[in-house]
Amino acid sequence: MMSSRASIWAKARRQPALLALWILAAVFIAYVFVTGGYLTTVLQFAAIYAIFVTGLNIFMGYAGQVSFGHNAFAAISGYTSAVLTANYGWATLPAGAVGLASALACALVVGYPTLRLRGHYLAMATLAIGLIVYEVTVQWGSVTQGYMGISGIPPLGVGRWSVTSDRAVLACLIVLAALAVLAAAGIRHSRLGRALVAIAGSEEAARALGIEVARYKLIAFLISAFYAALAGSLFVHAVGFVSPEVYGLHMVVLAFTMLYVGGIGTVAGAALGALVVALLPETIRTLSDYQDLAYGAALILILIYAPGGLASVPRFWSSRHGQERA
Amino acid sequence: MNILQLENVSRRFGGLVAVDAVSLDVPANGITAIIGPNGAGKTTLFNVISGFLTPSAGRVIFCGRDITGLPPETVAQGGLVRTFQLVHLFENLTVLENVKVGQHLHTQGGLLSALMRFRSAHTEADVEKASLALLEQVGLVPQRDLPAGVLPYGRKRLLEIARALAAEPKLLLLDEPAAGLNRNETAYLASLLRAIAETGIAVLLIEHDMSLVMNIADGVAVLDFGKLIARGTPREVQQNAQVIAAYLETTASSHA
Repeated sequence: MMSSRASIWAKARRQPALLALWILAAVFIAYVFVTGGYLTTVLQFAAIYAIFVTGLNIFMGYAGQVSFGHNAFAAISGYTSAVLTANYGWATLPAGAVGLASALACALVVGYPTLRLRGHYLAMATLAIGLIVYEVTVQWGSVTQGYMGISGIPPLGVGRWSVTSDRAVLACLIVLAALAVLAAAGIRHSRLGRALVAIAGSEEAARALGIEVARYKLIAFLISAFYAALAGSLFVHAVGFVSPEVYGLHMVVLAFTMLYVGGIGTVAGAALGALVVALLPETIRTLSDYQDLAYGAALILILIYAPGGLASVPRFWSSRHGQERA
Repeated sequence: MNILQLENVSRRFGGLVAVDAVSLDVPANGITAIIGPNGAGKTTLFNVISGFLTPSAGRVIFCGRDITGLPPETVAQGGLVRTFQLVHLFENLTVLENVKVGQHLHTQGGLLSALMRFRSAHTEADVEKASLALLEQVGLVPQRDLPAGVLPYGRKRLLEIARALAAEPKLLLLDEPAAGLNRNETAYLASLLRAIAETGIAVLLIEHDMSLVMNIADGVAVLDFGKLIARGTPREVQQNAQVIAAYLETTASSHA
């Protein structure tokens, strides 16, 4: 019998295309490390979004639910971090921890009633949560300083050590993103993850096998809120600044794009999508006037030729071969 | 001894009485079949038993416990597991994973064990071993790593049964397990159901395929317009005048 780690490795060997994609990504990241410059910032951004989208994928891809409001949890955690460090002089780590805890508490309060809703209703309820938190960050000027935003937020760090150089911040974020993806992979191949994917497949059949659907949806919601909150706090410490627009509706649109381009429901897809969608505008920047057009065209082409997302391309291949073998 | 007792179970939808004061005892071993013309209320009765619908009146007793109105997951925890008339597989999981989900109730582990693989590797190995044994029983081991959605229809039915068995039921409810199967597949299903019954699991099935019912059922109950009109061995039921009339009527009206 294989442990799940061994099975991930076995899968990588069976899917050389996916392995090649990861090696390509690793080589690129190494290249940026050496050369530095503007791309470092782009990759930092990609790593933070990789965490956010990997979490969203657990709720939307694994459990098959919809949320337009996970930016709310990033905002709550990010602003808590920012206010506690910049205004009250807290250290980064405890401030981040309080941020995560408050986002989770909010997710619990919000998730318990809303997860009884299905489909469109759930989508509308989560959208409302995102908008409400956005309005609070704009209007509660005495704490958040409204549109002005909060600056002077200290960098990531533990105790006396802090991460200041761009390269070190990037290294930190990539390690955290890798851990986030590994955890998501572990969840997917566990009893918990299978129950979530089962709920996405058929709620009736899941219930008939004794799975408490409402409870598992809430667990998925909380896990993805945790990821969102982590991404939200990392952002403010990596950039040193926060304003309401950081967690606005744009964040939701971008996360959805990454999720669908990368491959919703696949383990690797979320991180892959974050990387590709973050880099896409940079690669077509030379087209100047036409870059928005090219960006849109590239996304449409990906979704036409890889409707399951980039990560599903090798899987589609191997499942076709698998069918021939069977 | 009876594993399941229905006491005057009724279910109304507005003015329509889909199930009308049905009282039925299902013995703790062997195969019991519920037959009846289309629209007789068989599936509604199944939904009431398994907790997907609450009865408008009456009681459902399972293993001596009143389970009337309990939600399906609680009913399943007690050992009553069902399949669906239109196969409900987890199409986005592999064949093997589908059976692993079936073991949900008999395994432990949440988020922590998902993240700490060293501790859970051992139980995961047990889950895999048990799942493979069940796939072996229904002949689906070669397809273990395929997504369940790509299986041909007959094999989907078998996988759904294997998945239900993984939940270690005391009573297995099968909603038209032979629907859409060809003759060979139906024969295979018949021997599989006998084998299941011989392991001591009580089987209650709804079926249209009369030859299957006559071959494998130990007892038959007949529903017509929501009412129980006959109960007995397959042979007794076959010769029951009311049953013959009910079936002839539907044949006549479907020809009209």
